[in-house]
Amino acid sequence: MLNNPAPGAASGRPFLQVEGLAKSYPGTTEPVFDEVNFSINRGEFVCIIGHSGCGKTTILNVLAGLETASAGHVFMDGREVAGPSLERGVVFQGHALMPWLTVRKNIAFAVRSKWPDWTSAQVDTHVQKYVALVGLSAAIDKKPSALSGGMKQRVGIARAFAIEPKMLLLDEPFGALDALTRGTIQDELLAIVRETQQTVFMITHDVDEAVLLADKILLMSNGPQARVAEIVRNTMPRDRQRATVHHDPQYYPLRNHLVDFLVARSKDLSHGKAPAHPPTVEPGRGALADAPASVTLKAVA
Amino acid sequence: MNIFKSLGFRAGIVSAVLFVVFIAIWYAATASPASTGGNVTGMTAEQIEYQKMMGKDPGAGKASGFPTPGQMGKTFVDQLSDPFYDRGPNDKGIAIQLGHSLGRVALGFLLACVVAIPLGFVIGMSPLLRRALDPFIQVLKPISPLAWMPLALYTIKDSSTSGIFVIFICSVWPMLINTAFGVSAVKREWLNVAKTLEVKPLRKAFLVILPAAAPTILTGMRISMGIAWLVIVAAEMLVGGTGIGYFVWNEWNNLSLTNVIFAIVVIGVMGMLLDLMFAQMQKWVTYAE
Repeated sequence: MLNNPAPGAASGRPFLQVEGLAKSYPGTTEPVFDEVNFSINRGEFVCIIGHSGCGKTTILNVLAGLETASAGHVFMDGREVAGPSLERGVVFQGHALMPWLTVRKNIAFAVRSKWPDWTSAQVDTHVQKYVALVGLSAAIDKKPSALSGGMKQRVGIARAFAIEPKMLLLDEPFGALDALTRGTIQDELLAIVRETQQTVFMITHDVDEAVLLADKILLMSNGPQARVAEIVRNTMPRDRQRATVHHDPQYYPLRNHLVDFLVARSKDLSHGKAPAHPPTVEPGRGALADAPASVTLKAVA
Repeated sequence: MNIFKSLGFRAGIVSAVLFVVFIAIWYAATASPASTGGNVTGMTAEQIEYQKMMGKDPGAGKASGFPTPGQMGKTFVDQLSDPFYDRGPNDKGIAIQLGHSLGRVALGFLLACVVAIPLGFVIGMSPLLRRALDPFIQVLKPISPLAWMPLALYTIKDSSTSGIFVIFICSVWPMLINTAFGVSAVKREWLNVAKTLEVKPLRKAFLVILPAAAPTILTGMRISMGIAWLVIVAAEMLVGGTGIGYFVWNEWNNLSLTNVIFAIVVIGVMGMLLDLMFAQMQKWVTYAE
């Protein structure tokens, strides 16, 4: 467990590569963010965390192909991302279900888009499988207006998974949910992601959520001219559970590191003071008895 | 009993009372008074002769005045008991006249749908076209549809078709504007879902934009139908021949006020039914978020 590299790290080239991404809007002198560089390996769960206005959602939209960056490139699986694609499933902040369709039809709409040649029986079997995966079989023929916020977000997740994308993009999916519902859905998401070996990129504001879910946490400095200032590797065992994760000796060093960054350091790193190529840190490792006491710092080549 | 407490029941009672009061006032106002004008007994023969010479026949009383509720009731019974008779061009049953009007409205309205909904879609999706066509729409929209009538009669040279054209031109604007607005106001997130799912344009138009904009489009259709029903009466008064508007004009020329009032009530009831129909359709396409 000490040298647990992120899954897929050995296969040389990373699955997703973001190079020199920048976004500026006309009429402003400074870009919202620039020189954003990071990579995601296959099967990795990556969270990005940062204050409002640093451009997290824009980065996610660029990865999704919904927005274009002012500069820089995104490569997925060796090909440049140019426009939306069924290879990347998106879970939107406000669930974005079509209110005139039932749960079944909402997901069937996505499934038909991916596999237009399927018969309706095939589509329905597939839909039912993914609805069951998020535990909503009982509500499959309900309209979104009859569902609670948590259930709607589950449908959104099921819809994104149902098209079996190569990568999942989640834009702060649990932001509008109460703490209890959020915990339950986090567990569900974690179980599904582990089962399907899904590569995930997720925006969050919640430090605990990031520590529980992510293999790698990208810390963004404040805007304008925000950057990914640091990459935090989560060295806790991958089978961590929400109920027990806070007993892990690595938990608090890791969590404190994230909170310290957000509270104290992120604002000093705005206006492009953060490095273009962020260092990778492993703040949890210091808490392990048989590890070096100091935090390991590695510069990413 | 619970039914007596329900708002609908109580409102119904009040409506009924108001109706009875209205009929009573009407009755009182039209009942021939015993002591005015028509009092022949208090005059000498010379006085009566003088009155007749002056054009005021005291014996005729109120015979040709405003119809009483009783006369109205008789007209209703007569008209509704035989709505389909046809005795030549100037004497047709109310159902036949109504049928002609509804036919014209339906045809003009459908033509307007065929033009306004696709065009509204295009305008709603293209900010360029929206801006480019806006001045035309703004100028054409406030024109009274009847102002088109001479032009229509001159170019089309057929009065019945001209009527349909007038219905078309008055129905087209609310539908066009509402469709364009509904389409342009479709939530960004639904379009983003369609984008990330690589949905083809036609499929997106029918499965995402159309259902999303349907409530707004139907509101436009409902407004259009309301206007069309207002306009058809006036248009038929002008072009003549058939229809409920012509019926009103014809009965006015016959000085049959009971028939005019009867037609007015029929126009109102039919307008209400058309509106209810569109309200029901609106219910079908409305979605709760």
